[in-house]
Amino acid sequence: MTTSTDHDSATLWRDGRPVYDRGETVCVVGAGPSGLVAIKNLRECGFGVDCYERDTGVGGGWNWRHDRSPVYGSAHLISSKPFTQYPDFPMPDDWPDYPHHSQVLTYLERYADHFDLRPHIWFGTEVVKVEPADGMRWDVTTRSTGGYGAERTHRYAAVVVANGHNWSPSLPAYEGLDDFKGKVIHSSAYKDPAELRGKRVLVIGGGNTGCDIAVEAAQQATRCWHSTRRGYWYAPKYVFGRPADQFNDAVLRLRLPLRLRQWLLQRTLRLTVGDPRRFGMRRPDHKVFETHPIVNSQLIYQVGHGGVAPVPDVARFRSYSVELTDGTEVEPDLVIAATGYRPRFEFLAPEALAATAEGRPRLHLHAFSRRHPTLAVAGLLESDSGILPLVHWQTVAIARWLRLREAAPQRAGEFWAGSVAKEPDRRWTGAKVRDTPRHWFEVSHVDYLRALQKMIDGLAGAKA
Amino acid sequence: MRLIRFEDWAKPIAPVRREVRSATPELDEGKPPVLFVPGFGHGAWAFAEFWLEHAAGRGFPAHAVSPRGHGGSGDTPRATLRAYTHDVVQAAASLPRQAVLVGHGAGALVVERALARYPARAAVLAAPVLGGWATLGVALRRNPAGTLPAIFGGRLRLSRRQLFSRATPEAVARGYVERLGRASARAQWQLLLHRAPEPAVGDPPVLVVGSPDDRVVPASALTRAARRYGGAPLLFPGMGHDLMLDARWREPIDAILDWLEKGGS
Repeated sequence: MTTSTDHDSATLWRDGRPVYDRGETVCVVGAGPSGLVAIKNLRECGFGVDCYERDTGVGGGWNWRHDRSPVYGSAHLISSKPFTQYPDFPMPDDWPDYPHHSQVLTYLERYADHFDLRPHIWFGTEVVKVEPADGMRWDVTTRSTGGYGAERTHRYAAVVVANGHNWSPSLPAYEGLDDFKGKVIHSSAYKDPAELRGKRVLVIGGGNTGCDIAVEAAQQATRCWHSTRRGYWYAPKYVFGRPADQFNDAVLRLRLPLRLRQWLLQRTLRLTVGDPRRFGMRRPDHKVFETHPIVNSQLIYQVGHGGVAPVPDVARFRSYSVELTDGTEVEPDLVIAATGYRPRFEFLAPEALAATAEGRPRLHLHAFSRRHPTLAVAGLLESDSGILPLVHWQTVAIARWLRLREAAPQRAGEFWAGSVAKEPDRRWTGAKVRDTPRHWFEVSHVDYLRALQKMIDGLAGAKA
Repeated sequence: MRLIRFEDWAKPIAPVRREVRSATPELDEGKPPVLFVPGFGHGAWAFAEFWLEHAAGRGFPAHAVSPRGHGGSGDTPRATLRAYTHDVVQAAASLPRQAVLVGHGAGALVVERALARYPARAAVLAAPVLGGWATLGVALRRNPAGTLPAIFGGRLRLSRRQLFSRATPEAVARGYVERLGRASARAQWQLLLHRAPEPAVGDPPVLVVGSPDDRVVPASALTRAARRYGGAPLLFPGMGHDLMLDARWREPIDAILDWLEKGGS
């Protein structure tokens, strides 16, 4: 293992600064769930790996100690274990169907130790710049987190970006927000239900986080309004006594047409959850599977107990109240905006990821840069199930692609030209998913894994 | 490599109390943990007899798991090979470091399947019973009375003569045979009729060890098994099927550990 970079002599230069050559080593940015599995699978394919992690531990967003972690005290998984664990490292079978976020961190820490990944990670080091260099290689400039110390640049054969996309809060620019005298926080700053006690709380956002916080507010706050843009399908965590996603996949397995599946699931939801209009919620303006799934058994229960008042979207903020789109006004002390996150890749030039003006990267399989065969992004996905299995196979494909490129450049070139470079942007979803930033990276796990399977098989075929 | 795994997703195996026996070296030398998987009827006890302590004595953290319905583990009705595989993968993933899997007898068949769900550091198939009609033929010829009921879902009774060489004292061998339990009827049938295992993940080196005088696994089956992994079997003539309990138990375990120390290739 070669992780000590201090002894490498700098023979390369860039802008008057030395560049330390790391040979065939691959650089991984971030040691969250995507970074860890990237290290493991690259190592399994025989690559040396240097991973840079800005925080002091593994786990990324799942590590609640990290200042950028979005998890709150009560956060539990919304996909059951089989959909959440890495496919080659199961979670303990005596854990519950839907583990707590601290268990996910324990799981990731155990994964890192089991496969001995920590020696490859440079903790407390953040990546400042990733720039293309000669020979399709990459110069990665790093420094200590917080900007202390000198910057150093290393040259790598390839870069796998796994910096996550749920850490940079996105807050809509509401009219009059600055004049509002109450407290406004983004859900990423919400940690503990005690913050809600005795307050009148407005929760904005119908995503999974918004629903979770609304449920907690129902139990802790004096009043809770829950504002959503539209009506949603609220999937319960259990259907017919089984985790809902396991039931869904038992249906998926039958390979029924999408329309029939949508009808079947909507029927099931109508029977088990009921008509949302009866609870004063709006009727979904879309079919099921057309938005990111919301899994929450308790929201409707709390609405039924009067703890949560469902209200429409926010129109504008006033000094002491918030006006809603239906003209009514509510007077909260605390507004929690569960309005999601934006992906950010400050260390990369936008054209490297072929990003649009809005900042949406356009990548093959949401992972491979078409312009740079040695640049890949891991984990930039939103899925209708857990994300770890998808990232696992993504990084297997990345590692095998890089391996093929090194072993047989000619065939690798043909493979790239044939099945990556020209492949148009696709959505790996069966249903027609809403075209909002929330759904930029939305995939259906079966459609997406089928596409990855094709690529991995193609790589094996090109190798033979 | 199969990415779409509806069975794993939609029908996860129910958990059950699991017996894992361990012997760990006094000083951690950084050697990989070894997880032993017993064959049908046997439990973790079969390895706890000699091999665990011996491996620990040579610096390897050694563990043995009893698949459900075996040894001290709980049981679930109609356990399948998939359920046994689940138990092995769970035990392997619970170890602090990437493990070596050692399967004996039909446990080797389970290990082959576990390799498709867990990237083991290396794997050893000891006297592997990989199933098929030839296995049944041999068993029927050697031990018709013990084998025939198994075809109808009864218990597969292995005899002392099948499992042990003459070097093992008769009373000792009888004691071991009395401790044998049974695999589920389903798993017994699956021994004959099962789909080929999915390819191993992580491309681990695989060693096959056995005895040409094994009365359960013919030498030709050992050669065939080893050839699948691009090698030749390591043979210990004169030993019975139960390599870990036979009078000369020390030789095969030493050979396995030597192979691991050389980097397992």
